[in-house]
Amino acid sequence: MKLKKSDKIPPIKPSKRLTNDQRISMFRFMLQAREFDLAMQRLNRQGRAFGGVYSQTGNEASSVGSAFALGEKDVLFPMHRNIGGHFVFGQDLNTLMLAFLAREGSLMRGTDGTGHYADVNKRIYGNISHLGAMIPVAAGFVLASKMRGENVVSMTYIGDGGSQTGEFHEGMNFASVQKLPFILIIENNQYAYSSPNSVEFACKHLSDRALGYGCHGETIDGTDVEIVYDACWKAAERARRGEGPSIIETVTMRMRGHAEHDDFSYVPREELEYWQKRDPIDRYQNFLLEKKILTMDDITAMRTTLIEEIRAAIDYAVELPFPPAEEGLKGVFVD
Amino acid sequence: MFCFSLPMIKIVGYVFDSQLSYNSTMAQLTYLEAIADALRFEMRRDERVFMMGEDIATYGGAFKLTKNFHEEFGRQRVLDCPISEAAIVGAAIGAALNGMRPVAEMQFMDFVTCGFNQIVNVAGTTAYRWGLGVPMVVRGPSGGGVGANPFHSRNSEAWFAHASGVKVVCPAFPADAKGLMIASIRDNNPVVFYEHKGLYRKIKEEVPEGEYIVPLGKANVIREGKDMSIICYGSAVHFALAAAEELSKEGVSVEVVDIRTLVPFDEETVLASARKTNRVLIAHEASLTAGFGGEIAARIAEKAFEYLDAPILRVAGYDAPTPFAPTLEKAVLPNAEKVLMAARKLMEY
Repeated sequence: MKLKKSDKIPPIKPSKRLTNDQRISMFRFMLQAREFDLAMQRLNRQGRAFGGVYSQTGNEASSVGSAFALGEKDVLFPMHRNIGGHFVFGQDLNTLMLAFLAREGSLMRGTDGTGHYADVNKRIYGNISHLGAMIPVAAGFVLASKMRGENVVSMTYIGDGGSQTGEFHEGMNFASVQKLPFILIIENNQYAYSSPNSVEFACKHLSDRALGYGCHGETIDGTDVEIVYDACWKAAERARRGEGPSIIETVTMRMRGHAEHDDFSYVPREELEYWQKRDPIDRYQNFLLEKKILTMDDITAMRTTLIEEIRAAIDYAVELPFPPAEEGLKGVFVD
Repeated sequence: MFCFSLPMIKIVGYVFDSQLSYNSTMAQLTYLEAIADALRFEMRRDERVFMMGEDIATYGGAFKLTKNFHEEFGRQRVLDCPISEAAIVGAAIGAALNGMRPVAEMQFMDFVTCGFNQIVNVAGTTAYRWGLGVPMVVRGPSGGGVGANPFHSRNSEAWFAHASGVKVVCPAFPADAKGLMIASIRDNNPVVFYEHKGLYRKIKEEVPEGEYIVPLGKANVIREGKDMSIICYGSAVHFALAAAEELSKEGVSVEVVDIRTLVPFDEETVLASARKTNRVLIAHEASLTAGFGGEIAARIAEKAFEYLDAPILRVAGYDAPTPFAPTLEKAVLPNAEKVLMAARKLMEY
């Protein structure tokens, strides 16, 4: 993304559809995602979280605003930087911490980690590491709903890197041909591991591809949670009306490395500074303070509570053992 | 190497004596008709069953296996899809996670490579990671011998047997094809179902009407014998039966075991046969190296070594793509003659 030095940070564009209670709720989920992220980074440094720890800092508005726009029957196929969506869909901290730290009681029995789990009751189906793979799966999920006459919307995510996979193309084309109630959020966070957009694609916007599929496409500011919410709410409405899928490209920045081992030294300092000023939480916080929806005291109290809850979940999880070894030899097939 | 000057043994004419007891009425069906019968039966019985694939509705499929299906079941349940195997398999997985029992057709099983990621990494890991079933069948025509080139002849079943989490079915007979298809559709796990295109219209037998289930993971001793065992599946079963018939004239009693499914593998029946006859020949059409025959041989060597009077031999495809010209194809693929030669060699040991 080309940076304009004089670029002013635009004010949050308020959605006409949101109540102040909903705004507070979204802000709380964004803060929760950020604090969860910071906690995972610390656990990684302490050697208590093993495997990849994939920061979602910078992604809170995209993740929370999109999931928040879905209804109570809709399903979410979150990706590795969508921890906010897990919270929006009602996932509790203990469940997440057990999954992330692979402790006994994890929904995945220790067979896999991070947000790769599925929780059918909460309508969350995690991704696999092969990005793009869940696009046709999420589309097929609502193909089934549609066949039964149910009005369910599915949403999944991809990045500026994963958008270059074959399954992205096959999945979006299939969803468009079948006019499925499906929303794909392309989180363009500027870097696919270390590769900038210029290495990944030549079109102006990734959402331009919608034209080729015959579905709706738009590119929006991915650091303004209300813009994200509005675009996704409209996409869900179109989906319910039978108008088919939407591609929504949310433009934001991955503020840390691909995973915690990566020092992201390939990102120019001025680029980080540019995006630092557009931090989705700072932007929304300023908006909520300006509109007197929350006071600084409210926010401090909210943050304190969230940190305490996360610490409690860590304390709960780290005390538990890893799953017994024999779990690894079970469950390759279901009965 | 095998000598090709022997007269070709015809694959017709052997006595087919099924061990199965049929309690319903029978119809003479080809292998292709039996598969269509199974699909039709399940779609009538269970509205969760539906089909996805290329050219399957209006056109009735490249082999006309689903001819007129859309007229009975509608175009939603016989869903014509774009040429997108990853999307077909991926969407089938999504539908399976949401209460359906999809059957995804690969127009030729060669094209399953384009949906490989979905089968191996999504479907094959879902039970293990999520504890959720993916009741999906990926089916289609495989195999060579019909002059169809390297891209319409592949036998790729061993790839999926190696994947963990995917069941693999390779029927050799019409009745088995029907019974195994019904069992596959009702299974709560992903099943890759290999239909040998060379058998589609070549063989006909009595197939039970209505509900008929052959459980996955049960090998079938098609022909009992005492001097040697041929462990095989798919097209190679017919080579084995023809060779067995020829060998009986030479006073050699051959037992033919059709394993029918690679995953689950009926080790018990195979080991019992090896222990009984003390000589084992393994035959499959797929190429030799890292083929499923290697796995069968290893299991027998590990668990029945002290019963063997001779080394385990294998007859399999030559390690090459399946070529186009009939002369080349004949050189690369196994046939009854090659099985017969190997069997004689085994008896001479």
